[in-house]
Amino acid sequence: MVGTTVDDPTQMQSQATVIPPRLEVAEDRRGAGEDFAALPTEIAVRDLDFFYGKEQALFANTIDIKKNRVTAVIGPSGCGKSTHIRAYNRIFNLYRDQKAKGEILFDGANVLSSQTDLLDLRRRIGMIFQKPSPFPMTVFDNVAYGLRQHYRLNRSDLSNRVEDALKRSAIWDEVKHKLNDPGNALSGGQQQRLCIARAIAAEPDVLLMDEPCSAIDPVGTAKIEELILALKSKYTIVLVTHNMQQAARVSDYTAFFFQGRIVEFGPTTKIFSNPAEKQTEEYITGRFG
Amino acid sequence: MSTATDLHSAPPRRRSVTRRKATDLVVKVLAWIGAWFGIAVMAFIVYEVVRRGAGALNVAFFTQPTPQDVTSDTGGFANAIVGTLAITGVAALIAIPMGFLGGVYLAEFGRNGRMATAVRMIANVVMGVPSIIVGVFAFAILVKPLQHYSGFAGSAALAFIMLPVMARTTEDILNLVPNEIRESGLAMGAARWKVTLGVICKAARGGLITGATLAIVRVAGETAPLLFTALSSPYWMTGLFGPGGFFGGPVANLTKTIYDFSGSPYPHWQELAWGGALVIIIAVLGMNILVRLLFQRGKQW
Amino acid sequence: MSTVELDVQQSPGAPRGAAQAAPRGHRLRLGDPIFRGLATACGLALAAAMFGLTAVLVYNAWPAITGLGTSVLTTVAWSPVDHEYGALAALAGTFLSTVVAMVIAVPLALVIALLLVDLVHPSVARVVGTAIEMLAAIPSIIFGMVGIFVIVPFIQDKLVPWLLTTPLANVPGIKPGPQFQGGGVSIFTAGVVLAFMVLPFITAVSRDVLKMVPQVTKEAGYGMGSTTWEVMHKISMRYANSGIVGAVFIGLGRALGETMAVAFLIGSLFTALPRSLFDPGTSIASLIALTFSEATEKIQVSALIELGLILFLITVVFQILAQVWLRRVQRATGGRA
Repeated sequence: MVGTTVDDPTQMQSQATVIPPRLEVAEDRRGAGEDFAALPTEIAVRDLDFFYGKEQALFANTIDIKKNRVTAVIGPSGCGKSTHIRAYNRIFNLYRDQKAKGEILFDGANVLSSQTDLLDLRRRIGMIFQKPSPFPMTVFDNVAYGLRQHYRLNRSDLSNRVEDALKRSAIWDEVKHKLNDPGNALSGGQQQRLCIARAIAAEPDVLLMDEPCSAIDPVGTAKIEELILALKSKYTIVLVTHNMQQAARVSDYTAFFFQGRIVEFGPTTKIFSNPAEKQTEEYITGRFG
Repeated sequence: MSTATDLHSAPPRRRSVTRRKATDLVVKVLAWIGAWFGIAVMAFIVYEVVRRGAGALNVAFFTQPTPQDVTSDTGGFANAIVGTLAITGVAALIAIPMGFLGGVYLAEFGRNGRMATAVRMIANVVMGVPSIIVGVFAFAILVKPLQHYSGFAGSAALAFIMLPVMARTTEDILNLVPNEIRESGLAMGAARWKVTLGVICKAARGGLITGATLAIVRVAGETAPLLFTALSSPYWMTGLFGPGGFFGGPVANLTKTIYDFSGSPYPHWQELAWGGALVIIIAVLGMNILVRLLFQRGKQW
Repeated sequence: MSTVELDVQQSPGAPRGAAQAAPRGHRLRLGDPIFRGLATACGLALAAAMFGLTAVLVYNAWPAITGLGTSVLTTVAWSPVDHEYGALAALAGTFLSTVVAMVIAVPLALVIALLLVDLVHPSVARVVGTAIEMLAAIPSIIFGMVGIFVIVPFIQDKLVPWLLTTPLANVPGIKPGPQFQGGGVSIFTAGVVLAFMVLPFITAVSRDVLKMVPQVTKEAGYGMGSTTWEVMHKISMRYANSGIVGAVFIGLGRALGETMAVAFLIGSLFTALPRSLFDPGTSIASLIALTFSEATEKIQVSALIELGLILFLITVVFQILAQVWLRRVQRATGGRA
């Protein structure tokens, strides 16, 4: 039995003197039993460095994100987790002083090269943000946004795809009568699932999730976690989270970041039960947060 | 009912990425052209005024009164400049303290109460009233009953325009002062008025000076409110009362004189008008830039 | 006695003037109410000014309101000599010149605001923004002077002759009417110059409103693979919708009441409706400016003040609309979590 409850992750970190129980990881977690090297790699990161102006934030990050698996990225605040995944879809390009060096190989090409077509890259790598951010339009238009933008579809086709995306995001029943209501009329958790529907409607290959549940209530969080497990079969998911139990519940592989470096990366079961690095163990057991 | 496999087995047709990027580029180019065009217009206006007016700015311009003889080459705008200074000065004397106190009311006392909200909205509306209507108003209460134009009527009109501007600016500036400062002052047991005037206003000093200066400078360039109040005069102002005095009769002022002279067919008079325009542009733009440089805490772009 | 001295030695205690502090307290308590009263009075003076203005205008316009009735709004010509006091020509000119100004200024302002918010480095935005703000500071009379000495000859000698050689010359509204005088001093010229007078205001308010679009929402848009323009018009502008409408109303209000520049440039045709943008005309504000001082008959003065009242009411309506729309933005963004 897990010692701490779902909705109180902070208790974990504050009980440094008490030896906390090991996080229980579900038995059907893939990762433990499989041959890592044989799996197809969706994104291969090699020696990624990242700079905010003159300050370096990421140091020689090297990691393989495997197709159709959930890779969790954990670590204390400010360790570079969000920075790392924001390099994958080059969203950092919006800000003049942010630069990345190294290689991020996706579909055979380096994402960081200047030849990359950003519009297509972002169609194929979708992003869910920490704060649910529906666009200022109806629920339907939100989900249809990516579809209308990237594809030519007739009306019924569009409708079908929107409905499909909402179903696959486990929110269809809740919004099927509200399709013409503004996106922000939904609750926080629903808004986030709407954003997920919006992202998957455009048929991406990868979903980057940057702490998607940190602004959501526990019930909504549970629904989103179920959703992640269900989506895994179709998409490759990279999940940044500061909630270790979430990583343990939901992911197949976990990367532990500290101060801009990847300290350890491996199957979730191993990281949470038998980490190789001392730092990883200290973080997992709450010695520092 | 559509199933997942139906939709995703045949990928839909893609929209042209080049088209989208091209539109994006066109808009960006248009935006840049637009911005440059706006700046160019501004530069052009300043350039023209400088070009046409620089020649008129000699010693005589600043020392001699407006010429009345259309054939002579002499004369200046000295009386008009003095008049504008007097009219604007008196207007500021009336409007700045009142506007300041009104702003204090809005920011410190009334705040979000019903009365203050109404006052705020009314102030915003008054700020949008055309200045010529204000001039007509001043005419109706200060010129018609007294049967003569006066510099003071002009001041009253300008003060009316300045009042809401000063009040709202004061309110905005005071609202920027963090509440901690307010609370610290009051927690020391000091009286409200001491805290407001001594502590808060000191903290907001730069913004308040900026606001007052910009308000003054804005009305200094107004013409319409003076058209039927101070009118204009070819002579020097002679004291306070009597037909040539500030309260007694029309007073020469820069903007109305420029208006009259620029409409005249005499080249020398037109040149003087451009000189006057240059003086105004220097004063207005100069004060704007100066005040921004000194007190950069104003608006952040 | 000695205990007291000990006390004094151990702690400073109250300062020497402490005994005098008590009566001071009474004075302190007066200062606050006086201050508060003064401030409130000044605040109320603002409101009183507005009502005073309305009352005075109505009072002075009353003879014309009752004497002329609705003829002011139905008669075209303003011709005191013939005892005709029709405001239609002036209203038409006001309306047309404002429309020309807005058609030019609004798209330009929006595109500049978008540039300032999304397309340039913040320090460049500051410089460009300040330059445009300077445009707002230039007094109306200077716009008028540059207009009449530079723009008018340009339009009269270059633009209109060229325009008349193109097929546009036959478009109704552009085709010169019977009152045509070369096109330099015309509704069009006044509208063009007006556009640059209202541009800074619309730009500034639009920019402020566009800045309120949350960064996350924009990032989500880019994350979906949108171009800058797509994020701007599908997301930012939709978000800032109400604010932009408010900005437009503010610009409208200004354009409607602008006097000096328009007086220089629109002409002084009080007696007929303009048939073309290049015909001369008049506006309410310029009509008042040009004829008020020479108004001799009481009814004429009263009628002019009635015109002023009409203009006043129109601008008040637009100001209120602007306030309402801008308040919607505050409520929308403030209410969000």
